[in-house]
Amino acid sequence: MQALYAQLLVGLINGSFYALLSLGLAVIFGMLNIINFAHGALYMMGAFCAYFLLNLAGIGYWWALIIAPIVVGIFGMILERTMLQWLAGLDHLYGLLLTFGIALIVQGVFQNYFGSSGLPYAIPDYPQIGDWRGLQGGINLGFMFLPIYRGWVVIFSLVVCLATWFLIEKTQLGAYLRAATENPTLVRAFGINVPRMITLTYGLGVGLAALAGVLSAPINQVRPLMGADLIIVVFAVVVIGGMGSIMGSIITGFALGVIEGLTKYFYPEASNTVVFVLMVLVLLVKPTGLTGRAA
Amino acid sequence: MSALTDDTLPVTPRAMRDEMIVFALMAVLLGLVPLTGIYPFFVMQALCFALLACAFNLLIGYGGLLSFGHAMFLGTAGYCTAHALKVWGVTPEVGILVGVAGAAALSVVTGFISIRRQGIYFSMITLALSQLLFFIYLQAPFTHGEDGIQGIPQGYLFGIFNLAKPTVLYYVVLAGFLAGFLLIYRTINSPFGEVLKSIRENEQRAISLGYKTDQYKLLAFILSGTLAGFAGSLKVFVAQNASLTDVHWTMSGEIVLMTLVGGLGTIFGPVVGAFVIIAMQQYLAGFGQWVTVIQGVIFVACVLTFRRGVVGEIAHFFRRSL
Repeated sequence: MQALYAQLLVGLINGSFYALLSLGLAVIFGMLNIINFAHGALYMMGAFCAYFLLNLAGIGYWWALIIAPIVVGIFGMILERTMLQWLAGLDHLYGLLLTFGIALIVQGVFQNYFGSSGLPYAIPDYPQIGDWRGLQGGINLGFMFLPIYRGWVVIFSLVVCLATWFLIEKTQLGAYLRAATENPTLVRAFGINVPRMITLTYGLGVGLAALAGVLSAPINQVRPLMGADLIIVVFAVVVIGGMGSIMGSIITGFALGVIEGLTKYFYPEASNTVVFVLMVLVLLVKPTGLTGRAA
Repeated sequence: MSALTDDTLPVTPRAMRDEMIVFALMAVLLGLVPLTGIYPFFVMQALCFALLACAFNLLIGYGGLLSFGHAMFLGTAGYCTAHALKVWGVTPEVGILVGVAGAAALSVVTGFISIRRQGIYFSMITLALSQLLFFIYLQAPFTHGEDGIQGIPQGYLFGIFNLAKPTVLYYVVLAGFLAGFLLIYRTINSPFGEVLKSIRENEQRAISLGYKTDQYKLLAFILSGTLAGFAGSLKVFVAQNASLTDVHWTMSGEIVLMTLVGGLGTIFGPVVGAFVIIAMQQYLAGFGQWVTVIQGVIFVACVLTFRRGVVGEIAHFFRRSL
């Protein structure tokens, strides 16, 4: 049973990354009508950003959790201003091709300097309160041993996902955002700066990817290609869940992570492929995806 | 939304004549290659990719469907042919048939699944399906995982042509490429091709005119996948191996890049694009990962400034369709 719980936890962690990334993809797609193929590369940049902060500037994990998403988010906004904005009005597919090119550039540059092997990033050992050494070590829950860092990733991702959902569905800014998704011309006529909102939305989506990158750095090591295969799985998640609803992306992301974790326990040979197989099944039964509108 | 290829001109007798002239020119030039001393393996490899890119272009340029998983047909046909040649010891023509049949069967299944969604979702589904297949091939015993199938015997085609001789192999590959190219050309200019174009332009209207668009898209997908498989089978004889590289998503990306550079929806564009990209890889092989970066830069540059591609720009300049 220990192994089952351990795999469930791994599944939940992968699920948090799926949720954070597919959430960003959905938000970006809503505003820019672009499927951001560079999402995996930007996730990787988030992890590298944390690595650089620690090794070049001595800035630790907690600050990296704030700084990396901002830095990568700004990089994303520069991409949007200099390149993506020129694609408005063209076929969706050009956005996919452009961001695929950006992903190749970013991943290629990092591979040149860092090869393909992983760089270690330690779990933070501060603040130290009593017996607690930051997020290191674990707790015995009786039925399983829970590494604190892994528990932290799941809970923190869930909080960030729900905060994003709240921002978009329940606040004034989110209302503007949803309105601009439905009808940008009309929203502009009301005096709202839609191009700036588009840039900020892209920055937000990219920031979420970078945040996922920082969270995964201590677990998966920092590698130039860490996002390349992940993004394809996230695409399958997006196809399964549809991009119509924010909550749908979050739930689908976590659920698929858990299913993947269970597969690792019961039938490990299929753990790489289970998400894709599920995608095929969903397409056969309900082509529009579980929560999505027809596209 | 503007269509991917906004200036395809209607097929006129003049356009047909232009295209036949360019085709004859291309066939003659390619036929003369062995006499020039150009390294034949480079041209053979480029021809395989040119056919692959043409097959891919049939789907995107005329059906409006961007497949991000065409490497799966290349790799599947490659594995089938290689396995048949090496393990079963069949003759080359049977080996090619096995490979093409494998790719055709795969395209029926994947086509049935992926055409259920349109546009951007179609691309993501094809990418995910090819990744699924990549993991299957990674674990399946007959592909020999990371090592691939090595040292494939080339044999005698139809019992006469010795494929181990580079010149003979070159003309066989060239004949295969030209036949595939003509088949695609014929398809594009058939009533079927016209319906396909109308689906690309306005699917709702095509449906309202009574066309069962799903069937047309599925047929185009199967045709494209099968021809891509044919290219994969030919490539086995050139490279004498079949490996995971051919099924990886980076390969699918390269196919897209070739077609984009040459010109989406142009007849000769994918051929030009394939030669450009293969030549680039050949000359920049020493630069390691910078090749990936350069490919990325070409992607970005093409999408931002050069959406018609090389052939598309030429055709636009002369107001012809090529």
